[in-house]
Amino acid sequence: MSNWQVFKTGVFKNNPVFIVNLGLCPTLATSTSLRDAIGMGLAATFVLVGSNVIVSAIRRAVPHKVRIPCYIVVIATFVTIVELFLGAYQPDLYKALGIFLPLIVVNCIVLYRAEVFASKNGIVSSLFDGFGMGSGFTCAVLLLAFIREGLGKGTLMGYPVIPGFNPTGIMVLPPGGFMTMGLLLGFFSWRKLRTKEHK
Amino acid sequence: MDFGQIFAIIIGMIFVNNFVFARFLGLCPYMGLTKEMSSAIGMGMAVVFVMTLASMATWPVYRYFLDPFGLERILRTASFILVIAALVQFIEMVLQKVNPALYKAMGIYLPIITTNCTILGVAVLNIDTFYKDGKPLSGGFLGSIIQGFSAGIGFTLAMVLMASVRERMEMANIPKPLRGIPIAFITAGLMSMAFLGFSGLIKMT
Repeated sequence: MSNWQVFKTGVFKNNPVFIVNLGLCPTLATSTSLRDAIGMGLAATFVLVGSNVIVSAIRRAVPHKVRIPCYIVVIATFVTIVELFLGAYQPDLYKALGIFLPLIVVNCIVLYRAEVFASKNGIVSSLFDGFGMGSGFTCAVLLLAFIREGLGKGTLMGYPVIPGFNPTGIMVLPPGGFMTMGLLLGFFSWRKLRTKEHK
Repeated sequence: MDFGQIFAIIIGMIFVNNFVFARFLGLCPYMGLTKEMSSAIGMGMAVVFVMTLASMATWPVYRYFLDPFGLERILRTASFILVIAALVQFIEMVLQKVNPALYKAMGIYLPIITTNCTILGVAVLNIDTFYKDGKPLSGGFLGSIIQGFSAGIGFTLAMVLMASVRERMEMANIPKPLRGIPIAFITAGLMSMAFLGFSGLIKMT
């Protein structure tokens, strides 16, 4: 598979949130506003790319039995880099993301890609895979945030969109998140069933 | 720590700030292990157990090792996750030898918990709650343990409620695209709406 195809699979065919159903916790939690969603997506992509590259680089030197703790140490390093960077240069975003920033360490997507892809493929492919999966994750969070912030606060990135729109507060509260995610997953499942019927 | 504060922590963690319904933590096992009541209870017990022990283990590491040496921002994430991973491994070994019956009931869920947001989440939450302006509050250790235990109870409550609904949904006529995870999310949304009713109960500081 060419590198570009690896990237595209990560975004569309194997989208980590909607198709593989991983990384659901941070998706729901940081989608209350578009700005937080972008921040979370970029942070997770950085960690994913960095850890994929390093894991791929050291894959021949890591003994099989201790590979999971090794991967976790690599991932934790990149998460710490992001935490310190955001804490210094973007304190509002740092506070908004809250506990979900260190929780990128145990984000299922990152460990899953390290175990399934980066430990078995070259550095450049792993780089593209990291970007692909990270972009897929970012698209998912952005989609959810678009719906939740648009309907829940009537604004997008802080700018009011439709004049005179009375926002539905529940969208930015947990129930709105759960139900939006459920309906979106139902939509993607419907698409999958339809393409299966057509074949 | 007076009784009022302890009570507030317990009620807060179980109902007001329920880990699943209000904080969005632990969704992967929540969706994956609530198809049957037995697995929900098993996972819930394991989570309570590990959360309490993890709170007991991570607080001293932060308080007496990271904080005094000024390493808290650099090494917090890495050290917590390693402590938790080692702790879970240790628990698994000890449980297998000491109480095989209990191990059979909840032992299989222990490896899943290691890379789960719930345990690391509660460890970081303990630090956030019981540190003010870089100084630890008195009674922080006890507060962390109680918070960890209550968070586990809240998680178990959410799991058991969800499992009881999903067991009945097996026999319901759900539209094909919504079967499985989508309807579970919608159900969780309705339940979290119910839990919103608790939101004014504890004054958030």
